[in-house]
Amino acid sequence: MTRRVAVTGLGIVCALGRNVAEVRESLFAGRPAIQPITRVGPALLKCTMAAEARDFDPNEHFDPKQQLLLDRFAQLAIAAATEAIRDAGLEFRQGLGARTAIITGTSSAGQTTVDEAAMELYRNNAPRLNPLTIPRTMSNAPASHISMQYGITGPSWAVSTACSSANHAIGQAFWMVRHGLADCAITGGSEAPFNLGFLKAWDAMRVVAPDTCRPFSKDRKGLILGEGAGILILEPLEAAQARGARIHGEIAGFGMSSDAHHITMPSADGAAAAMRAALTDAGLPPEAVGYINAHGTGTPANDPTESRAIQDVFGPHADQLPVSSTKSLHGHALGAAGALEAIATVLALRDGVLPPTANYLGPDPECDLNLVTGESRRHQAAAALSNSFAFGGLNAVVAFKAPGAA
Amino acid sequence: MSNDELTTRVINVLVQAQRLDPARVTAESTFEELGIDSLDGINIIFALENEFSIDIPDESLPQLRSVSDIAAGIRQLLDSRNSA
Repeated sequence: MTRRVAVTGLGIVCALGRNVAEVRESLFAGRPAIQPITRVGPALLKCTMAAEARDFDPNEHFDPKQQLLLDRFAQLAIAAATEAIRDAGLEFRQGLGARTAIITGTSSAGQTTVDEAAMELYRNNAPRLNPLTIPRTMSNAPASHISMQYGITGPSWAVSTACSSANHAIGQAFWMVRHGLADCAITGGSEAPFNLGFLKAWDAMRVVAPDTCRPFSKDRKGLILGEGAGILILEPLEAAQARGARIHGEIAGFGMSSDAHHITMPSADGAAAAMRAALTDAGLPPEAVGYINAHGTGTPANDPTESRAIQDVFGPHADQLPVSSTKSLHGHALGAAGALEAIATVLALRDGVLPPTANYLGPDPECDLNLVTGESRRHQAAAALSNSFAFGGLNAVVAFKAPGAA
Repeated sequence: MSNDELTTRVINVLVQAQRLDPARVTAESTFEELGIDSLDGINIIFALENEFSIDIPDESLPQLRSVSDIAAGIRQLLDSRNSA
């Protein structure tokens, strides 16, 4: 069984806003949400700029007792799932729940809870730790809470592949719906990286920019960490049409590869292989792609490598193929990155507007792409790729189609 | 510490640990009435251990079903510590 797969629900919380409407406005306005960090005192940090979900208020979503059990990465995911499920207008308790899959990605799960526990134990000499530490930290907390909240009894699991986590999750969910293993999927990713221990570890990697994120730009200095969650609801296109659902777009293909090269340095061959695999899976010729939401971290290493990979896969078409990295707006949300960018890509295809790469200072000859910079560009693409390439050389690329595209 | 003082401290710990409405919790309240499940129970034990600087043995968990059970158990632990 092979079915076309529609995206019928979207939910998002990130630095750009608390919901799809707010995020869409900031994305299309090209308004970056990178600011001095507030969740952690900057005194001990080398890199103090961050893309925090500042307007997210857990009290709007959870009562005080529920919050005891939820690390911020789970809070963000549940809030995004709630919006996405409401958007799709689905009810799971009448039978669909048993045929629904939940697959969520995260890179470091309840890292903030771990950091707090370590401080209690090693700095405060606490004799015992909070007994909710384990359920707060586990990677599958978002999937489990969504399942319990909505009565979803089908297969649920979590994926952790660093910065590719959300794309790997979305890809698995897409294949399950396409091949009839599930009649609905709730998928995406979440990340809440702002705690002292984790930020010190990122400082030590020397890949975080002191100023801002400038993907593919000259004088770029690195990535800016972001937090957030994005959730998509997937259904067979025919079923979605039959119930009169709003179709935001389609997922058309998914491709993965592994660099087998280096634990942190990316490889153009691995990135190109994942893009080719996604195109093949989607049955799309390279010329059909009208937009790429790049991995585009803004690090010296990623951007030239990704540029070479795009040139390799698309050949002369690369000159006309608009590319942007929305990480310049919402930061690098690690295990949520693919989910935020999937939603940016779906909105770009649905509304015919390509969100820009912000903070661009001018061309880098090693990143010779058709970049959308500064302002969003009106352009109705029929199909698009969303790239995620992880530390560890694990690549995941999702291919999308505009709603109504053949 | 009088038994009343001890019960008041237990109630305060419960209210804080479970984010309960203080008006709902009395010396006679049971876990069932307060909607406290087994995971909540271990969270309450954790808070009580910190409050009273005691170690509550795992075996006692099944016996703790109400505010008065907890107060009696803590009284016993405090008394045995004082006599040790």
